[in-house]
Amino acid sequence: MTTTATKPGGGGRLRAAITARTLRTDRWWLAPLVTFIGLGAWVTYATVRVFMHQWFFVEEYLYLTPFYSPCLTDLCGPAAEFGTPLPSFLLIPEAAFTLPFLLLFRLTCYYYRKAYYRAFWLSPPACAVPDGHKTYSGETRFPLIFQNAHRYAFYAAVIISVINTWDAIHAQTTGLGLGNVILWINVLMLWAYTASCHSCRHIIGGRMKHFSRHPVRYRLWTFVSALNTRHMQLAWITLGTLALTDFYIMGLAAGWFTDLRIIG
Amino acid sequence: MKRHFRVWRGDASGGDLRDFDVEVNEGEVVLDIIHRLQATQAPDLACRWNCKAGKCGSCSMEINGKPRLGCMTRMSTFTDDETITVTPIRTFPVIRDLVTDVSFNYEKARETPAFAPPPGVAPGEYRMQQVDVERSQEFRKCIECFLCQNTCHVIRDHDENKPAFSGPRYFIRAAELDMHPLDDRSDRKEYAQASQGLGYCNITKCCTEVCPEHIKITDNAIIPMKERVVDRRYDPIVWLGRKIFRRDQLESADGAVPTVNPPMSSARLPEGPPVGPDGHMEIAELSAPTQGGLSPFGEDLSFPLPPEYVSYHHPERPSEA
Repeated sequence: MTTTATKPGGGGRLRAAITARTLRTDRWWLAPLVTFIGLGAWVTYATVRVFMHQWFFVEEYLYLTPFYSPCLTDLCGPAAEFGTPLPSFLLIPEAAFTLPFLLLFRLTCYYYRKAYYRAFWLSPPACAVPDGHKTYSGETRFPLIFQNAHRYAFYAAVIISVINTWDAIHAQTTGLGLGNVILWINVLMLWAYTASCHSCRHIIGGRMKHFSRHPVRYRLWTFVSALNTRHMQLAWITLGTLALTDFYIMGLAAGWFTDLRIIG
Repeated sequence: MKRHFRVWRGDASGGDLRDFDVEVNEGEVVLDIIHRLQATQAPDLACRWNCKAGKCGSCSMEINGKPRLGCMTRMSTFTDDETITVTPIRTFPVIRDLVTDVSFNYEKARETPAFAPPPGVAPGEYRMQQVDVERSQEFRKCIECFLCQNTCHVIRDHDENKPAFSGPRYFIRAAELDMHPLDDRSDRKEYAQASQGLGYCNITKCCTEVCPEHIKITDNAIIPMKERVVDRRYDPIVWLGRKIFRRDQLESADGAVPTVNPPMSSARLPEGPPVGPDGHMEIAELSAPTQGGLSPFGEDLSFPLPPEYVSYHHPERPSEA
């Protein structure tokens, strides 16, 4: 015997009784796992390095690692370009004025939010895979409503990118070595990541209603939009270049290897 | 060649996955196999479909757990020995087998403020530049398959958020109108934040992942809308600029910002289709009082609609709205 259909919106308001939490058969857990390991490893490395308080400057070639720029404590010595207003103390990073903003910039970044909400908070771990939490209020209330502060972190990140560029120029005065090349690649990638930010895309032109009245901003917006499609790749590339730059300078400062000099 | 299928069968009172071995030929899609099942082994298997070309958005289902269009999922993407599981979309109440009640989406559509015509421009005299309207046009590609609404964990995993959250499909609608060069409303950002639940979105991008029209929902609509809300609500520099240059007063002096906005939506609520004395719909349209697909707004509509059912507001004749 055939049954008649239930009226929509009427009596039955129940979802289909499917017992499996997810019916996905592909390796949906791989991407969040890779993100978890990648971000976890990077954060561990960065934390260890920031609180190491040594091997951050190569005096001979003026190489300063981005994790210690600008260097502001008594420990800095010749690496201090902007004075030393801070005391040297185990818990105060040498770049104590900039690192919190860089952390905020990456934490509130629209790509990293996707990455850590999926990989760390499991909300959701992958598409059509159930959320790991019973209740959910998203970014509507404290503390996650502060994700909206991304734009201020972006303004700060622009200033910090200028400081990093200055570091690369400053190191360039000693000649040319592999360290300079690494520093420049890092700075270039940091600029690309910062410029491809969704907030930047909005400020540069996305907020306008009439592109035709602002042709220059429209051109800039198309350029930033093209970069913006690669925001995820740039986010990972800059993690790589930051760690590599820091490791290279740490190795030089600790005397594990010497700089490959091209000029000077 | 035979392939193994598991198809969810049942209704709101319960159901389970049934096993089928079905013939599959070269070039076929999952919807073809569902049709073969109807023709051979399960004549009363319910499934919504229409164009078989990925343009009508009817055959949304979950294939091996992934929200997909049945007509756009090629059988050649599966291995020969793979079991293919087909279930109805999970987020909405099931009617029968693969057919779900998606009226949640129609309710949210009715709550979303419609296009507000610019004052002083008669219909037919609208002129705009391609660069200005381009961004809005991307969102017009939407076929309303509701796969984004289905996959969004905000309502998929948390049914209690449904009243407060409109979903990705209506965020692109809000963005489309907010970016539209001729739309006259100025409160769409506030509306998206306060009434559509934009803040619930945590940009995990599943809507973009499942969109069969490849609309960049998150990057081009949701994030720009979030940034526009930040402009209005959270940006101290914008706030300071407005205070210093007295822009807030300039805007209202121009008349560019209407002080009173028309109501968000009309009063009419969605209605179900006509049912028999047993409270159920007819099983086949041949015996139903009306033929063809049933409208989610009821079958007793006659045109033109009475004014109180329409949420359009004429800019120069508000009294008639």
